[in-house]
Amino acid sequence: MINTIKTETPILIANDVSKWFGKFQVLRNANLQVKAGEVVVIMGPSGSGKSTFIRTFNALEPYQEGRITIDGIPLTEDIQNIDQIRQNVGMVFQQFNLFPHLTVLENITLAPIQVRKFTKTQANEIALRLLDRVGILEQAQKYPGKLSGGQQQRVAIARALAMEPKIMLFDEPTSSLDPEMVREVLDVMRSLAKSGMTMLVVTHEVGFAREVADRVIFMDAGQVIEDTTPAEFFTQPKEARSKLFLSQIL
Amino acid sequence: MNAKTTIKPVRWVQKNLFNTPYNAVLTILCVWILWSISSSLFSWLGQSEWTVISENLRLFLVGRFPETQLWRMGAIVTIPILIASTLVVRRSQAWNFVLIPVGLGTIAWLANGGFGLPLIRSSLWGGLFLTLFAAAISTALAFPLGLLLALGRRSELPVIRGISTIYIELVRGLPLIGILFMAQVMLPLVVPFRLDRLLRAILGLTFFNAAYLAENIRSGLQSLPSGQSEAARSLGLNSIQTLRFIILPQALRLVTPAIVGQFISLFKDTSLLALFALFELTGIARSILSQPQFLGRNGEVYLFIGLIYWMFCFGLSQFSKRLEVRSS
Repeated sequence: MINTIKTETPILIANDVSKWFGKFQVLRNANLQVKAGEVVVIMGPSGSGKSTFIRTFNALEPYQEGRITIDGIPLTEDIQNIDQIRQNVGMVFQQFNLFPHLTVLENITLAPIQVRKFTKTQANEIALRLLDRVGILEQAQKYPGKLSGGQQQRVAIARALAMEPKIMLFDEPTSSLDPEMVREVLDVMRSLAKSGMTMLVVTHEVGFAREVADRVIFMDAGQVIEDTTPAEFFTQPKEARSKLFLSQIL
Repeated sequence: MNAKTTIKPVRWVQKNLFNTPYNAVLTILCVWILWSISSSLFSWLGQSEWTVISENLRLFLVGRFPETQLWRMGAIVTIPILIASTLVVRRSQAWNFVLIPVGLGTIAWLANGGFGLPLIRSSLWGGLFLTLFAAAISTALAFPLGLLLALGRRSELPVIRGISTIYIELVRGLPLIGILFMAQVMLPLVVPFRLDRLLRAILGLTFFNAAYLAENIRSGLQSLPSGQSEAARSLGLNSIQTLRFIILPQALRLVTPAIVGQFISLFKDTSLLALFALFELTGIARSILSQPQFLGRNGEVYLFIGLIYWMFCFGLSQFSKRLEVRSS
């Protein structure tokens, strides 16, 4: 009867978020709540607005209607709030977006030194520990161009983690990887989830969603259609559109 | 001597120069043209007199700069080298803000005089030194101005974007010679204090080249994928940090060849200053040639200064080549 776990306030709240690209509405009153430590996988057909939705959570995409609150800070046009939220929210991109003119180590230490004002020694220490954690310590002095796609994406994860974010956003992190490199990235994400990190993951990796996600969100046409457990979503989806989508990818 | 070495050149000529009747005709034609050009060149060299160069060497190098003050020129050349090497050795930000203003101030003092140093009017400046001085100062001023214009043209603020765009398109639509005339005539009308003729010319070169540099830099900014700034912003870097650590290092590296090309053309364009009674390399050449004892020595003089221009431009382009190799 007494539900102690569910009473804590969510770390991320998105209320009726709407967004237009010109006349085209990409998000229609999208809603989402995420609690600290939860792993939420967002699925949906391409063009459903799932990437746009998570990109609004660190203000890479502005939104026109609704409200987003992250760790108690309202995400408005206030640049101070945006800067603070970006420091709390890490992001991993489909195209890795590593900085090609900096070494792997410099990629990771840049933001801690410039934004968090860590000393170089502190930042290097953190970076090396993270590189060890994602399994590519020996690549620290190389430039990103010399690394495989899987290694680059693991550096990107380490780079985001170096800012000690409270939430990690993953925007199709394995979609531009060769098949044999998908696993090494998913393994890192899996162990990150185990460590208790709050994660929002846009992905088509059904195995990952089944095994790691606490919840699966299904989006279509800019709306959140279903919000349920992975077991339920993959075995007995409620909505017709979810069924159609699953029949196409499974 | 074996047979191979004697036969090889003959074979090579047959294979490459006379392999078809058409090529044979072309070869003969080219040889004839080369022969007639070089024979007239050699006959000119035979009667050329190079005393015009040796007797005026100092004028070519430093113009009519007073001999007792030549050390000031040496200092003006040395200061930037010292600053540059200090900045390379000590890679700290604070030094930039101290050394560069102090250095520029000292150069201005040495160049102009006052505060214990005798004044030197710019009409006494001349020769290669003036060419290098004008080119270096306009380069140093045009680069930051071009960078600001490039950023301004990509700004989200309509007023800044508008002003930058109008400036760039206006200047790019005008010939350099026109801008130099305007700088001579119009600058004194809008600037409340008296600007030296040389300074006006340097500003003219600066305004002109900044517009072209801006477009070069903008092409570099535009060729970077948007993911780079998104990644930087998502890490919490603000827009200035993103520009400084992520965007500019990559964009400027991409357009280094174009920027150096612009500097090379700026260097050559300093020859236009001769039209404004300034005695840089071309100006001093013209004034030497107007002296009665050197009348008719145009060939020697222009060949000599041409060689000097070429040496510096070639050096710059080699420098840019090495930068490209190093950054790839």
